Amino acid sequence: MLEIRHAYKTFFPGTINEKIALSDLNLSIEDGEFVTVIGGNGAGKSTMLNIIAGSLTVDSGQIIVDDQDITRLPEYKRAANFGRVFQDPMMGTAPTMQIDENLAIAARRGEIRGLKWGIDKEERERYKELLKEFDLGLEERLSAKVGLLSGGQRQALTLLMATLKKPKLLLLDEHTAALDPKTAQKVLDITDKIVEKSKLTTFMVTHNMRDAIRHGNRLLMLNEGKIILDIKGEEKQKMTVEKLINRFEKASGEEFANDAAILG
Amino acid sequence: MTLLNALPGAISQGMLWGIMAIGLYITFRVINISDLTVDGSLATGGAVCVMLVRSGLNVWIAILLAALVGMLTGLATGLLHTKCGIPAILSGILTQLALYSVNLRIMDSKANQPVSVDKYHLLVSQRYVRELSLRNPLILLSVIIIVLIGLLYWFFGTEKGSSIRATGANLNMAKAQGINTEANINLSLVISNSLVAFAGALLAQFQGAADVSMGRGAIVIGLAAIIIGEVLFSKIFVNFALKLFSVVIGAILYYIVLQIILLMGLNTNDLKLFSALIVAVFLSVPYFKEKHFRKPVIPGKGGN
Repeated sequence: MLEIRHAYKTFFPGTINEKIALSDLNLSIEDGEFVTVIGGNGAGKSTMLNIIAGSLTVDSGQIIVDDQDITRLPEYKRAANFGRVFQDPMMGTAPTMQIDENLAIAARRGEIRGLKWGIDKEERERYKELLKEFDLGLEERLSAKVGLLSGGQRQALTLLMATLKKPKLLLLDEHTAALDPKTAQKVLDITDKIVEKSKLTTFMVTHNMRDAIRHGNRLLMLNEGKIILDIKGEEKQKMTVEKLINRFEKASGEEFANDAAILG
Repeated sequence: MTLLNALPGAISQGMLWGIMAIGLYITFRVINISDLTVDGSLATGGAVCVMLVRSGLNVWIAILLAALVGMLTGLATGLLHTKCGIPAILSGILTQLALYSVNLRIMDSKANQPVSVDKYHLLVSQRYVRELSLRNPLILLSVIIIVLIGLLYWFFGTEKGSSIRATGANLNMAKAQGINTEANINLSLVISNSLVAFAGALLAQFQGAADVSMGRGAIVIGLAAIIIGEVLFSKIFVNFALKLFSVVIGAILYYIVLQIILLMGLNTNDLKLFSALIVAVFLSVPYFKEKHFRKPVIPGKGGN
């Protein structure tokens, strides 16, 4: 489904701040996989997601979606393939527009936007039904401005927007990191529900080991711009935080020192 | 009594600038760009229209062509910004400066080109502002404004128009939803400047001449109209069409206040200073409100 071949990315090359974010990264994701990605700060998790989505371009290497090379495609064209939820709840929605307007825009992702009216009645009914499942009371507030919603509500809405039109790959960039633990759990539950319901192929970056273990069916660990662990199937199901730290230390030859990832 | 006499003139001026301010609203409020092109494109609209009318062309066609040239000025700014990576505000300044020369070329190297309502058929003229007849510019201007607001309301409700609003509201969200944000920014600048040039074409007819500096400070007058409209009506006018309407009201009020101040004996040379001050004060209000009068966040309310 998605393939990353020999991806390299360096920030501020040739300066004192030079930072190698990705170094010969290779990855292949199959249809139906729910991949969780974990790694310390600066391991390249977000960079990896951003080169897939197109917010960043690789210095060299290739990104292929269903046999189509998208390496040089601008972000907005790639978006036809991807649904995306950002870490910052402010980033995924248009605050000055209504809930239903945001959804209507998302429903037309990858389509040509013409001079038809931007939203119709049946659509609105459909959105109402979908929002009801979240149990956040949003279904009664379709014409409220999104700027009035809380962070958790916004992330739930962004999730729905990302999946309203079934994406080939759902990209989640630490999408619960900015939320309080209870809300984060709720948004993760909603995530699981949506992924399950539409059988979505998913790529979820997280800084929380427990979440990475609990969710999905494949786990990647990044360190210094490379994938150092790739766990699937039964091994993934039986994984624990202790085992994971153990595997990390073996694979990287370093001691694991990230309290946030363990405790979070 | 003198104020009453001056009122029709002030209202028509306000309506003309209201059309200009609607154009500015599309860049300033919808896509969040302060587009300084307008100071140039307003004069371009006037210049193109007057020169074409003087050459014997039908005034309606002349106005349409003026709006078309206005589109090109917006496109120039848009391409400088989106394709050459120049900050939007600087792109506008560059186009505006370039347009000064272009406008002089259009006007046969003269700073002023008259177009007399006695010699040519014009759509609006200040000579008839107090006349009770169909020639009164207030009538045609009202019709034009209603049609324009209707058209824009429709357009910004379409899929394309919604995608432009999303582009202005959140660039990241727009890109993630597959919206070509660069194209949308260009399109907004094109629409905006075509309206500004259109207003310039009407304004030149109204005052009986195109002037190379008729657009100086246009952005400030446009902003004043937008802000006055918002301060007075933002609580009650939520609908997009009504917001555009409040912009026109803002422009009319601006000209009425101006008229009053002039009658009170303000030196006309000080007008621009006065306008700039008004806009500066109103633009800083939200900032000071945020800084000094922010309501404390009540724990337990809102949050996640």
